[in-house]
Amino acid sequence: MRLRIEITRRPGIADPEAVTVTRALRELGFDMVVAVGMGRFLLIDVDEADPEAARAAADRMCRQLLANPVLEDYSIEVVAEEVAG
Amino acid sequence: MAEPQHRLLGMTDGEYKGVIGLLGREPTDAELMTYSLMWSEHCSYKTSRPHLGVLPTENPRVVVGPGTGAGVVDIGDGVLVALRIESHNHPSFVEPYQGAATGVGGIIRDILSMGARPIALWNQIRFGDLDNAHNRYLFGGVVAGIAGYGNAVGVPTVGGEIAFEPCFDANPLINVMCLGILRAEDLVLGYNVEEGAVAVLLGAPSGRDGIGGASTLASASFSGDDQEKRPSVQVGDPFAAKKMIEACLELCERKLLVGLQDLGAAGVSCATSESAARAGKGIDVNLDAMPRREEGMTPPELLVSESQERMLALVDPKDLPAVLEVAERWETQAAVLGTITSGDTMRVFENGEIVAEMPAGSLADGAPLYERPAEKPGYIDETWADDPELPAPADAGRVLLDLLDLADLGDPSWVYEQYDHMLFLNTIVAPGNDGALLRVRGTNKSLAVSSDGDSRRCYLDPRRGAGRLVYESALNVAVAGAEPIAIVDNLNFGDPEHPEVMWQFIETLGGLAEACEALGIPVIGGNVSFYNSTAGGHIQPTPVVGMLGLADPTPPRPPRLDAGAEGMELWLLGGDDTPDFAAGAYAKVCGAALSGRPLAADPEVGRAAVQAARDIACGGEAAVVHDLSEGGLAVAVAEICIKSGVGARLDVDDWRAVFTEAPHRFVAAFRSVPEGIKKTVGARRIGVLGGDMIEMGHLAVVPLAEAATVWREAIGRRMRGA
Amino acid sequence: MNIAVVVFPGSNCEHDVVHALRGVGSNPKLVWHRDDDLSAFDAAVLPGGFAHGDYLRVGAIARFSPVMAEIEAMAAAGKPVLGICNGLQILCEAGLLPGALVGNRDLSFICRFVHVKVESTKSSLTAAATKGRVLRIPLNSYQGSYTAQADVLAEVEANGQVILRYCGPDGTVDDNNNPNGSANGIAGVSNAAGNVVGLMPHPERASEPILGSTDGKVLLESFVSALAEA
Repeated sequence: MRLRIEITRRPGIADPEAVTVTRALRELGFDMVVAVGMGRFLLIDVDEADPEAARAAADRMCRQLLANPVLEDYSIEVVAEEVAG
Repeated sequence: MAEPQHRLLGMTDGEYKGVIGLLGREPTDAELMTYSLMWSEHCSYKTSRPHLGVLPTENPRVVVGPGTGAGVVDIGDGVLVALRIESHNHPSFVEPYQGAATGVGGIIRDILSMGARPIALWNQIRFGDLDNAHNRYLFGGVVAGIAGYGNAVGVPTVGGEIAFEPCFDANPLINVMCLGILRAEDLVLGYNVEEGAVAVLLGAPSGRDGIGGASTLASASFSGDDQEKRPSVQVGDPFAAKKMIEACLELCERKLLVGLQDLGAAGVSCATSESAARAGKGIDVNLDAMPRREEGMTPPELLVSESQERMLALVDPKDLPAVLEVAERWETQAAVLGTITSGDTMRVFENGEIVAEMPAGSLADGAPLYERPAEKPGYIDETWADDPELPAPADAGRVLLDLLDLADLGDPSWVYEQYDHMLFLNTIVAPGNDGALLRVRGTNKSLAVSSDGDSRRCYLDPRRGAGRLVYESALNVAVAGAEPIAIVDNLNFGDPEHPEVMWQFIETLGGLAEACEALGIPVIGGNVSFYNSTAGGHIQPTPVVGMLGLADPTPPRPPRLDAGAEGMELWLLGGDDTPDFAAGAYAKVCGAALSGRPLAADPEVGRAAVQAARDIACGGEAAVVHDLSEGGLAVAVAEICIKSGVGARLDVDDWRAVFTEAPHRFVAAFRSVPEGIKKTVGARRIGVLGGDMIEMGHLAVVPLAEAATVWREAIGRRMRGA
Repeated sequence: MNIAVVVFPGSNCEHDVVHALRGVGSNPKLVWHRDDDLSAFDAAVLPGGFAHGDYLRVGAIARFSPVMAEIEAMAAAGKPVLGICNGLQILCEAGLLPGALVGNRDLSFICRFVHVKVESTKSSLTAAATKGRVLRIPLNSYQGSYTAQADVLAEVEANGQVILRYCGPDGTVDDNNNPNGSANGIAGVSNAAGNVVGLMPHPERASEPILGSTDGKVLLESFVSALAEA
């Protein structure tokens, strides 16, 4: 099973990198850009057939290690039930 | 019945009545929020102010003393030096990387507010033992945060102090110190601000960062459940800070501003009220003009937001277009926030309506002062009466290795190699030595800076411990060839509402004052951090001293710890080797309880030692001059040997002389022994550098390679979990 | 002979570089990243620092600054162009030098003296040095690890574009003496023509005895001599 985890800044927490990238894009002529949000994503392959079990485990992974709850939110998605390998 | 709003904000009923008395009515939400922050312990120093007067603060070199952005001294040649120390303890426990990073950001802005370019940083960080995973997480996060911010903002971190002690488990201490340089004519004081001057807010847009930060984080102890404290931590942006530094320095250089203040605790409310009060004026503030990062911010939020990387410039209206142009060129937002008025009232407007109207001076200076009760703690008499009979070492060599293996004595390069300490090409003597030595370009002078704390000794006897710190710090700059000329202090204590903590605080101040008077060194600034406690107890009293020394001229061959070589004679100078083991590292590695009473400093010997160290360091004949501290002579010599790559043969036979931590002593390794050395205070020849063993008479022979490995790995092996 | 020292928002070594270049007898001037006319200059240096905060990718935003069009023109015209640390990262992002810089192997900032060996004297940075000479220079960076795709790496090696390689004090090149995990221990590279050069360590920080090493001087002297010849 493959899970896709997205980790983003919690609303209200400053994101100086996103601000700088927004500015740079606009300076390159992309006037249409209003705002940029940045984060990280992980693809995690797990040897687990039950999606609920996999999600629950991923949730614990996020809380223990992958995300910093002081600064970050996370979302978990199952993207493939089986991973070709 | 619901808890009254003022109590939720941390105000006492008495303080609330005081506000009503000042305003002649009940405060608005915005006013209440503002007073709750400005009158918090962190902002108002209401507990410490009644006692800080014992510290000597004046001498002919002091240009600006305690109470503003930074202390400033004159080092001649038209050059001024600004120095400040601050703490960021509570935010760093909640989020170590960002807490430490924003601590660095804050102190840089304080130096900048004097019109000085920040050119060097130090930090003094304390945690519980590293065998605990959570302490490793905090330690690693704080070091990474200091590095991440300091390196990116472009100010070298050139020294610091690390210590590990169980009392810091839930109350790590993160103190930061910054030094800046400026020409005398560029000093910004902000006293001569005229009516009609505009207040320009520079830097990042404002969000809800740190709402309640100063009052909820710094003035409160942790209850253990920190969830509700989490939203208050700010995120630093060193890139924005760098641009703002350059913008502000250009404004100062071109004389485009009449006042400059950083926004720190209590944000806009503090910066505006203090700027106005300093000039004896009032101010009108228009909240609509504040650039914001979040929607729907209310006046109280806008007033006390602690969003990072913001400064307030006071500008003569004719210079406003030029100021805006400078800000734009440096990609720094600028907004006209308000206007200085006659009178002394701060008025705050939103949508054309007044939301707050307060006497400007009452915010910074109106908090009631508290003479809290002080009582000698029960443990003191017991511990002073106790004379821990420490056993002679069964294996002195093993003891030395155990000392070198202590995380606070081991090789700190694990830490300082993460900091850019070479930027600006001023660092002559780098981290890893007793003090940093920074040249002042354009002159023949250098600045030596050391920072020192000792929580164990201060726990056993705050007065003696604090006094000895001043002498130790003075010696640390003297061994670099400098005369100690100014001090800043960061006083970290537990909950002052406990009488024992107040006693520790008052005794500490007494010890600092005595030593500063005896050495003739003024205190030019300081910071007090109270409430470093949890349900588990208070921290040990932890005063940290930052010492500034002036080497004029720069010694031609500044001594360094790694300059020792085969054949050099080793001499021990200064005080006697009186047994003094209370609070020492020897007791720590023996597993002995923290007990006994440390020796007091000896002003005469202390002064003579500082003078002698300086003379020797400047003389050119000593390759190495090294202050003795933790671990006594054994560790001091081992450090020289390890860094220089050469062993030593010491003529010592008494284990007490080798491990005692009696004060006022230093070691020198001479290329050629100066004539008349025997006339120097306490001078005695103790051995010679050479070979590949560290030989302490008949007590021990330790292979240099083994000592080096243990010392080098002390921190690294623990951080790897080994 | 004028040298442009380019300042981006976030650069911080520009004054150090100016100081050191003056020390080897040249005429450096600071140039703001928005300047789009470098016709008065005979060479350019991109100094160290954190241009644009190093946000997104190091050098990724800086390469689009107005001044870079002029830098590209100078490079094409055979004039000497030097990138130090962040400057090297920017030149790689701009495609003026091959490869890219990624995070140090040990994941933290490195600030200490390292040794590098001169591998080629056919570049504006090393023409005055001797092949095989070992130089002791400070390294100060988070993302100093050089990398390139296999074919690019092979070409860079074959063409003699590797100008400096990390080594031990005695010149030994091996993993132990590779401070950050750079491919093949590469510390400095040039373009095929040899006029555009870049290195991760900071020669300006080893240009005075009081700083602990003067080994950086020979590199700066090479660069200044290259000006006269270009």
